[in-house]
Amino acid sequence: MNTATKPEAIKDASMLKQKEMIARNYDALTGAPESGKKIVSTFVPGNLNELINSFGLLNNLPEINAINNGMRKQSGAMIMDAERSGHSEDVCTYVKADIGMMSKGNIAPNGKVMPPPNLLLLSYTGCFTFMKWFELLRKEYNCDTVMLQVPYTGDGVITDNMRNFVVKQLKEEVIPALEKTSGVKFDIDRLRENMARSAKAEDDLVWVLESAKNVRSPIDAYFGGVYYIGPIFTAFRGTQDAIEYYQLLRGEIEKRMQDGLGPVTPEGDMGEEKYRLVVEGPPNWTSFREFWKMFYDEGAVVVASTYTKVGGVYDEGFRHDPTNPLESLADYCLGCYTNRNMPSRVDLIEKYMNEYQADGLLINSIKSCNSFSAGQLMMMNEIEKRTGKPGAFIETDLVDPRYFSAANVKNRLESYFQMVDQKRRSTRTA
Amino acid sequence: MKCYIGIDLGSTTTKAVVMDEFGEVLGRGITNSRSNYDTASRVAKLEAFISTRLTLFHRALEGLSGLEGEKIDRLLLNLERHFRLELFLEQLEDLHQTCAGNAGDLRYPGQKAKICAVLDVAFARLREKLQGLFAPGVVRKSDFFRDLAGSEYMNIAEQTAKEMGMNFDTLINIYDKSIIEVENRPPNDDMEGKFLRALTNVLAEETDLSVSSDDVMKAIKSVLDMDLEETYVVGTGYGRVRLPFPKEHIRSEILCHGLGAHLMYPKTRTVLDIGGQDTKGIQIDGKGIVVNFQMNDRCAAGCGRYLGYIADEMNLGLHELGPMAMKATKTVRINSTCTVFAGAELRDRLALGEKREDIMAGLHRAIILRAMSIISRSGGITDEFTFTGGVAKNEAAVKQLRELVQENYGDVQININPDSIYTGALGGAEFARRAVEEA
Repeated sequence: MNTATKPEAIKDASMLKQKEMIARNYDALTGAPESGKKIVSTFVPGNLNELINSFGLLNNLPEINAINNGMRKQSGAMIMDAERSGHSEDVCTYVKADIGMMSKGNIAPNGKVMPPPNLLLLSYTGCFTFMKWFELLRKEYNCDTVMLQVPYTGDGVITDNMRNFVVKQLKEEVIPALEKTSGVKFDIDRLRENMARSAKAEDDLVWVLESAKNVRSPIDAYFGGVYYIGPIFTAFRGTQDAIEYYQLLRGEIEKRMQDGLGPVTPEGDMGEEKYRLVVEGPPNWTSFREFWKMFYDEGAVVVASTYTKVGGVYDEGFRHDPTNPLESLADYCLGCYTNRNMPSRVDLIEKYMNEYQADGLLINSIKSCNSFSAGQLMMMNEIEKRTGKPGAFIETDLVDPRYFSAANVKNRLESYFQMVDQKRRSTRTA
Repeated sequence: MKCYIGIDLGSTTTKAVVMDEFGEVLGRGITNSRSNYDTASRVAKLEAFISTRLTLFHRALEGLSGLEGEKIDRLLLNLERHFRLELFLEQLEDLHQTCAGNAGDLRYPGQKAKICAVLDVAFARLREKLQGLFAPGVVRKSDFFRDLAGSEYMNIAEQTAKEMGMNFDTLINIYDKSIIEVENRPPNDDMEGKFLRALTNVLAEETDLSVSSDDVMKAIKSVLDMDLEETYVVGTGYGRVRLPFPKEHIRSEILCHGLGAHLMYPKTRTVLDIGGQDTKGIQIDGKGIVVNFQMNDRCAAGCGRYLGYIADEMNLGLHELGPMAMKATKTVRINSTCTVFAGAELRDRLALGEKREDIMAGLHRAIILRAMSIISRSGGITDEFTFTGGVAKNEAAVKQLRELVQENYGDVQININPDSIYTGALGGAEFARRAVEEA
């Protein structure tokens, strides 16, 4: 075992701000019994944070808890606990980490007990497992549940019927459920204010993500990107905090561009940019830094990723629209990356490959996520065909440390980088 | 003389190839990886340089008029045999001395003298018995010292222990500790001395050389005097990061296998490599450049080690599995190629009354089925198709592969080189050569 001390990660002001925001939110959640605030549990893709906040409710995201536990090396034991209680090896490891967290006293990352939710709000945007997960939670907590059925965009388009169907449910089911839980009457103006704040933060987020179009990208849009999407994908969309965070972040990235710097890594500024990649699929969380290091050590920068779109696709023009709040929430849910069909996913990746001048596509396929991983190899082949750029396929997991084989992943990545290099050289000399 | 070296540090074996500046292969060397890549790469390289000297001897002897073809081959075969014997006896002596040293272990208080006396007798017998392994025409089961010395030591030590009133387990424990030390110690560097002693013995045996012994000695010495410069070394394989040279000297084995297969068969477009813990499907273009690849994930199911476990379970040598499977009259269906469950799978089929040969055929088919799945994920098979890695030496695996390729892809030229195990090292050597010659 390597006992060498890990270097202390270098943190920018925006990172410190986000850390403080997350800590504050966990304190608010765990302090709910004392403050009398009510908690809504929901998932990242298709989350209705502006709406939840407009009722003064707190937002708890179980998969974010699982990610937190994964990054803090806690998830392995939690998953084993869940398996002991009857969940098989093939079950989504976010689910098992959450179930295991409950069996260990439901301790939040701040070390305090996470109180039970008052409402389970399932915004169903393409992940069937989320539905089953909430069934388990409903049995556990015996609390109110409301489900927003977002139609899958199987034909790649959002129709009026789809939008109307979602709006109707918001009006007739979701809003009444939130009113009941909070004891607060729905106030559309509060929702509008929240959505206006969302749009402001979204503008800056898009600017940050698109800064990677620069050759010598100032950001890593995957490993850095997962931090950048943190506030907007979680409990902070629609808050002043999120606006401030993205202003701060944008300022930092602008400075990096002026100074001609590449992405910031846990070990400081990244060296030469040798490979520009588009990545499909979530990162591995349990060995996040080790995984990232395999990229920056080789000079590989991720210039665009689809994972940073699972909580909302903003770089195609969508913004939360305060003038049509419910319709806009519907469009947001319908347009989430997880709710898109395969041809749309391929089109988006192809666009990224071209617009971000990528050298290749890397797919990190998640072993315990059948719905999202299905078809990824075909997607890769299609991108190779359309762009002529090489693809590569690696397999890890979300938060189960047993599914991360460092030697195997490193071997594939190094092979891939060298393959890209070799191909580039041969094109140059041809 | 400029030499370019590729070293492939695999999970089971480590291979080295030495190439000249024109891309011609001069020598190949292989050793077991023994969880010590530093030693393994040193030994493999040393073996490749021994093989290089033999190639150069051949060239030098070709220059002697009157000494041709068959005679040169015979002379060099005998020279290598004697040289290997020298090397083997040197290692056996090292093992003897190491065992004697370990006899002083605290676990055997006051017994050292007695243990050493038993070891002296046992090693004298071992030496006499094992010399026969290097007699003309004898085919050795393995080229690795551990395999050759190990099984015979067990037999002789047991018998000697019984005769001399010594606990056999003590001799086993001492051996187990000592063989690791000996294995991890490369042979001493005096290759020249060993070759000359070997040559003296060969010349003493030879009666029909048609050239003078002095001329032969002179030709061999001229080669031994040549400086074989390690101009550039490229490492590949799982242990590559252990190699003591900079990053630019390290290449992925996928690229090395692709290039190696291209050098062996320039029309290759698809490569299958089944190694100890990896199965790789690689697609290459007309220049040997990798355009796509797939490999097994963290599970080594269906790789070379699977056959290793099966061999252990059946108390057979790895090389005996293929021939056994070839005697099958039917192919038993095996669903799991999980290495961990290999033993259970095997015993289950035996318990059901299936014949060992038929089960073996099923196991080989299962491995190749898994490989076919990996190939298809990498883009399928395009003519020509080259099969590499240790498993390519297994005739039953090759038979199953031919059948499945025919079924799925029709008529495809399948290339299997007798030296396919060196494909990665060959690609590495060519990368090394290009780094200097085409810089």
